[in-house]
Amino acid sequence: MHTKQNIQTLSGTSNKKSVILEIKDLRKSFGDNHVLNGFNLELFEGENLVIMGKSGSGKSVMIKCLVGLLQADSGTIKIMDHEINTLNQTDLDTLRTEIGFLFQGSALYDSMTVRENLEFPLRRHKSKLGNAANIDELIKEALENVGLLHAIDLMPAELSGGMKRRIALARTLILKPKIILYDEPTSGLDPITSKEIIELMRNVQKQYKTSSLIITHDVDCARVVSERIILLVDGINYAEGTFNELATSKDAQVKAFFK
Amino acid sequence: MSSSSGLKSFFVEIGELTLFASRFFKEVFSRPFEVKELLKQCYHIGNRSILLVAVTGFIIGLVMTIQTRPTLEGFGAESWMPSMVSLSIIREIGPVIIALTFAGRIASGIGAELGSMRVTEQIDAMEVSGTNPFKFLVVTRIVAATLMLPLLVLLGDAIALLGSYIVENIKGEVSFVLYFNKVIKVLEFSDLLPATIKTFFFGFAIALVGCFKGYTCKKGTVGVGAAANSAVVFSSMLLFVIDFIAVFVTDIFFDL
Ligand SMILES: Nc1ncnc2c1ncn2[C@@H]1O[C@H](COP(=O)(O)OP(=O)(O)OP(=O)(O)O)[C@@H](O)[C@H]1O
Ligand SMILES: [Mg+2]
Repeated sequence: MHTKQNIQTLSGTSNKKSVILEIKDLRKSFGDNHVLNGFNLELFEGENLVIMGKSGSGKSVMIKCLVGLLQADSGTIKIMDHEINTLNQTDLDTLRTEIGFLFQGSALYDSMTVRENLEFPLRRHKSKLGNAANIDELIKEALENVGLLHAIDLMPAELSGGMKRRIALARTLILKPKIILYDEPTSGLDPITSKEIIELMRNVQKQYKTSSLIITHDVDCARVVSERIILLVDGINYAEGTFNELATSKDAQVKAFFK
Repeated sequence: MSSSSGLKSFFVEIGELTLFASRFFKEVFSRPFEVKELLKQCYHIGNRSILLVAVTGFIIGLVMTIQTRPTLEGFGAESWMPSMVSLSIIREIGPVIIALTFAGRIASGIGAELGSMRVTEQIDAMEVSGTNPFKFLVVTRIVAATLMLPLLVLLGDAIALLGSYIVENIKGEVSFVLYFNKVIKVLEFSDLLPATIKTFFFGFAIALVGCFKGYTCKKGTVGVGAAANSAVVFSSMLLFVIDFIAVFVTDIFFDL
């Protein structure tokens, strides 16, 4: 009964803050593998929302549907009042500049230097930056923000996992997106590097006032960054609440996440 | 059972490859054109295979001449050597063997590169950053290979003739001028043109298969190896099919 109660509190708060991203009844299957079975979500402006779920529960599938990398079977996705499956390619690309996506494995371009990696998102969106924008300065600023200016001419293969993640974050931030989607920002990193990344995420949030959707199964990360958590179980939003509400829950499925 | 499902998946694959090719033709003529990336790919592809092509061409020339010479000598017809060797190199052996080495190098290279970009989500990252990855990665590579292979084959042919001349010069004491005079006399437009046209198709097919295998690569590092490997096998096979069609068509038009 956890779920019901929380939907009420959700509709209570939605009057105060505006919804920047909304998923309704999202369904997605791969053959017989029903990954999402009617998933719902609302992300408010300026909010840090954490999604938790077991490995293979469909978290990555869900955010790939959000940016149109995967086509949902049914359901509606609304981002900043645009319904994404009604957009044409040009409008979709324009909307995508407002959305930063940090991939699970960093996804830096192997064949390009760090500088070229950061330049890449700019090549199609110079107009968004205004004419006077000096690309070189933008890149340097973005790298300074993540403390890796000295790595500007290195290749991704020469970077450690934590450095890659920070460069990927810089690349995500360079277009100053309004919404950032983090797919397991701390996975595969040691606890200390994880803390650094989390710290960076919080700085970004403060500095740019972004709204963030953070996928993780790192409980520490969830505790520090989340304002609200949604648990994704069996393809639906199984439970929802603040970290403390969920961590003290009696529900066995919910408890399992916070051991 | 297993052989029929193998056959079925073969035809499914042909269908998917055809769709992939039609997507290429749709996107190659529409804006924006990735000119800078295209030039970069031309350079990469040329640079990666030029030495291989040169060495292969040289060896083809040497071997062909060394092996054919005794037969012609038997008839007292060694003065025909330059014409015979140059005809078979330019018409068939040069294009096919050089295209095969090109397939081994370029199809596997593209398959592995795009495959690892696919599994590490670099292709997805490109897509969300507003660049069409099909245009940026696939179209540029296919166009580059289509343009570069004919040039490489011409180069390989020339080096093969040089190799052949060296053998002739040592064994038959033919001068450079005499050798190439004979070559130029026997070679006709109808030898060079169809042979060159088909190399465009070879280059296209090799890069198409490499891109197809890499771009549609399945998750996991096994997938990348499999993509590279099957790209070579599939494109080599396709090469022979195209060669057969080309010879057939040439026969009709030029009446060999
Ligand atoms: N492109 C695809 N084709 C077929 N099945 C897929 C595809 N992508 C994901 N799946 C399947 O969807 C399910 C959910 O995958 P997903 O990557 O979303 O998991 P996840 O929650 O992100 O897990 P993790 O925490 O390990 O990243 C898995 O069973 C996976 O096999
Ligand atoms: Mg995932």
